[in-house]
Amino acid sequence: MMESYDVIVIGGGPAGLAAAVKAKELGLETLLLDENEFLGGILPQCIHPGFGIHYFKEELTGPEFAHLFIEKIKDVGVKYQTSAYVLNIENYSDLEKKIVFSSPRGIKEVWTKTVIYAAGAREKHAFEIGIVGDRVAGIYTAGEAQTLMDIYGIMPGKEIVIVGSGDVGLIMARRFALEGAKVKAVIELMPYPGGLARNVMILRDFNIPLYLSHKVVEVRGKARVEKIKVVKVDENFKEIPKSEFWINADTLLISAGLMPNVRLLQRIGVKIDPSTGGPIVNELLETTVPGIFVAGNALLINDLVDYVAEQGEIAAFGAKEFIENEGIPSKKWIKLENGQNIRLLAPHYLSGERDVYVYARVSAPMENVKIVFPEIKKKLRSPMVRPAEMLRIRLKAEEIRSAEKKITMEVIPQ
Amino acid sequence: MRHRLTCIVCPLGCLIEVKVKNERVTEVIGYKCPRGREWAINEIINPKRIVMSVVKVKNGKLPTVSVKTTKPIPKEKIPELMKVLAQIEVKAPVRVGQVILESPLNLETKIVATRDVESA
Ligand code: SF4
Repeated sequence: MMESYDVIVIGGGPAGLAAAVKAKELGLETLLLDENEFLGGILPQCIHPGFGIHYFKEELTGPEFAHLFIEKIKDVGVKYQTSAYVLNIENYSDLEKKIVFSSPRGIKEVWTKTVIYAAGAREKHAFEIGIVGDRVAGIYTAGEAQTLMDIYGIMPGKEIVIVGSGDVGLIMARRFALEGAKVKAVIELMPYPGGLARNVMILRDFNIPLYLSHKVVEVRGKARVEKIKVVKVDENFKEIPKSEFWINADTLLISAGLMPNVRLLQRIGVKIDPSTGGPIVNELLETTVPGIFVAGNALLINDLVDYVAEQGEIAAFGAKEFIENEGIPSKKWIKLENGQNIRLLAPHYLSGERDVYVYARVSAPMENVKIVFPEIKKKLRSPMVRPAEMLRIRLKAEEIRSAEKKITMEVIPQ
Repeated sequence: MRHRLTCIVCPLGCLIEVKVKNERVTEVIGYKCPRGREWAINEIINPKRIVMSVVKVKNGKLPTVSVKTTKPIPKEKIPELMKVLAQIEVKAPVRVGQVILESPLNLETKIVATRDVESA
């Protein structure tokens, strides 16, 4: 007989770990699959502090946050398998799904009633952001460079140009500078820095120049990167003629953002929201395929690991509800839609049967704003919103119920 | 000298300006609460940072272990501390929280491991 589970969690990063712990605590037979040799996802390589302030009420580094969670996995007795690469999810019926994965002991198949997909995100690569030129050594994504430095102890280069001023790019700028490399510039397409204020401070700490409204367009070198061409862009991101200049460097680091990793989900027909790049979900983070849940950066790109873990737990509650009722029983779904200055949000469908956290990002920074849900007459004030910082807002069940068909979320001046 | 800072103590991110004359703070403006004021003054007079890095591991499943200072240290001491960390090597196994160095450079901090590394 083939093994069978209530929940199979795909991905052993913070979302998957939190989902597996919660599912097991809720009494579900749980199996956690992770393709890496060790649990923790990208956390073991994120050696900087800033993790877990909400979740564990203390400021931890990435590896420490992962460590605490892995201890929990062992405490509650979640079964897990590392080096397990999921090849396919097969959807036979709402309560019968088969997961096919390769493991060191060969190809395995297991049955499950529900799936929590927590496979994280992938990094955008150089060709996706329009960089042309020589195909030379010395071009890395931020994550690749981080793995090299902080897991294997290898320095990827000495003179670095970084594309992207999001948190990952800024944190890598600090890592390189600390290790004695020269960070020659951070190049940002937008007219404002992409990262949190405390990370933007890194630039001042190490005297690293930040070029806003600029982009890298070309890389030249023989065997290795030698020089990098930068141009200024106007407010429509169009290159300004004759504004180009070259920077000599041996390494180009691409930190151009993350994309939810949804390949396996798309194959079974899960509908994707083009603005998040992740699945369309209801308030229990169930996708458009019944019994398939999603959490963490596979759902939408988060800025705090605490939110990622929180989503893992919500998905675990979803799986329990699904198994008990053979489906999510809500009769009516109210659609949550992006309004003015909201670039993306999740979840997309709310029932009004429970309180819900809404995660959203704005399109542009704005001061002194109201965050408004006009259909339910909810209004919050905020002195500042930035695309880098995700908004997380609790809607109460009765507030949601007071809407007819849809609720719009918008950010407008006070 | 005028220093402009974005306060990082809370998400408001006030723009604070600190004026300094003869190494003494003469004026602080732009903060909305005393915590921000104190932070900005420290940031100019005596900036401190938590430092993290990796240290070589002998006979481990991984070649490095990540480490951090248990307390923020003065910013100007960071390059020296990084040199110390680059020169040491520890033996596997290493456990989270294990002290790798007691008060390096006589600083009031310890260097502790932040991940487990099993023996190979
Ligand atoms: S000054 Fe006070 S209110 Fe303003 S950002 Fe700093 S801590 Fe927040």
